[in-house]
Amino acid sequence: MSAVLNELWPYFILVMVGFLPNEVWRALGFVAARGLNEDSEIVVWSRAVATAILAAVIAKLILFSSGALATIPLPVRVSAAVLGFLAFLAIRRSVFAGVIVGEAALLLGGMLFGK
Amino acid sequence: MFKIPDPQATGAAVFFAGVKSACTSVFFLVLFGTYIGMGALAHDFGFSSWWLALSSVLVWAAPAQVIIISSLGTGASLIEAAVAVSLSAIRLMPMVVTLLPLLRDEKTRTRDLLLPVHFTSVSMWVESLRMLPLLPRGQRIAFCNGLSTGYMGTAVVSGFAGFYLAAGLPDLYAGTLLFITPMSFLISTVRNARLMVDRLALVLGLVLGPVLAANHVGLDIMWTGIVGGTVAYGVHRLREAMR
Repeated sequence: MSAVLNELWPYFILVMVGFLPNEVWRALGFVAARGLNEDSEIVVWSRAVATAILAAVIAKLILFSSGALATIPLPVRVSAAVLGFLAFLAIRRSVFAGVIVGEAALLLGGMLFGK
Repeated sequence: MFKIPDPQATGAAVFFAGVKSACTSVFFLVLFGTYIGMGALAHDFGFSSWWLALSSVLVWAAPAQVIIISSLGTGASLIEAAVAVSLSAIRLMPMVVTLLPLLRDEKTRTRDLLLPVHFTSVSMWVESLRMLPLLPRGQRIAFCNGLSTGYMGTAVVSGFAGFYLAAGLPDLYAGTLLFITPMSFLISTVRNARLMVDRLALVLGLVLGPVLAANHVGLDIMWTGIVGGTVAYGVHRLREAMR
C-alpha cells in the first residue's frame, strides 16, 4: 500500500501544486471574460509580479545551478548568459540567435575551464 | 505559409489544418528547444519522464513547470511552490478573456470552450489572435484545438527527448541542455518586456532573487515576485502621475 502511495505521491503533488494553482486563472478568465483588458491596472501589476518571479527563477538556475550544469564553473555560466543576451540584442532581436550563441559560449567555456 | 481551410471543410480537416500550422510556425522551434531543456531539468531534479509529460498536458505553461520542478527539486515547501506557480499564471486570465470573443458566438456550447480555455498559453494565444480572425466562426474552435494539440504534442515529445538525452550524455553536454531553460527564458522574457514596468520588474527579479536565496530568506521566489513586481508597478504609477 505504501509503495503505491509513494508512486502516486509525485502525481498528487503535480495536481495540487502545479495544475490547480495554474488552472484557476484560466477558469477565472473564462468566468470574467469581459471587462478586463490588457491595459487594466491589475493586469499590469500581475504581469510585473510574474516577470519578477520568472527572473528570479532564471537567475537562480544560472547562479545556483545543480547537477550537470554545476560542473561548469560559475563565471562561464554567467559569461555565456551575458553573451547570449548581447547576441539577441545584436542579431535582429532573435531569440534563436541568442540561445545558440549562449549555448555555444557555455559549451566552449565548459570545455576550456570545466572540471 | 498559412493556408485558410475551405469554408466547407469538415471539423477534422480544420483540426488538422491547425496541427499543420502549429508544426510550421516559429513556436514549433521555441517549444522544441524549451522542452528539450525542461526534460533535462526534470531529469536533473529527479522527476520521472512520465511525470513531466503529464505536467505538460495538465499545467501547459512552461514558466509554471520550471517553477514547480526547480522549487520542489531544491526542497521548497509545497505552499511556496503553489503560490509561486499561481503568481506566475495570473497572465493566463487576460489571455483567456481576450481569446473567448474570437471563439464564441451565440450558438456556441460552453463545453466546447473548455478545451481551448485549458489550451491557452503564450504560443497558442499569439498565433490564435493572429489567425482566427481569418477563419469563419464555425471553424475557429476546431482550428484552435488542432493548433494547440500540435504545440502540446511537440512539447511532450521534446520533453521525453531532453530527459533521455540528459540521462545518457556526459556532464558537459547534459549541462548544456540544462542551460537551454534559463537562457531561452531570459531572452524571451526580455523580448516580451516592452514596457518600462516589465523591464524594471525583470531587473529587480534578477537581482533580488539570488540575493534573497543567498541570504536564506524563506519563500524567496514568492517574495521576489511580490516585492520586485510591486516596486516596478509603483515606479510606473509614479512616472505616470508626474507626467
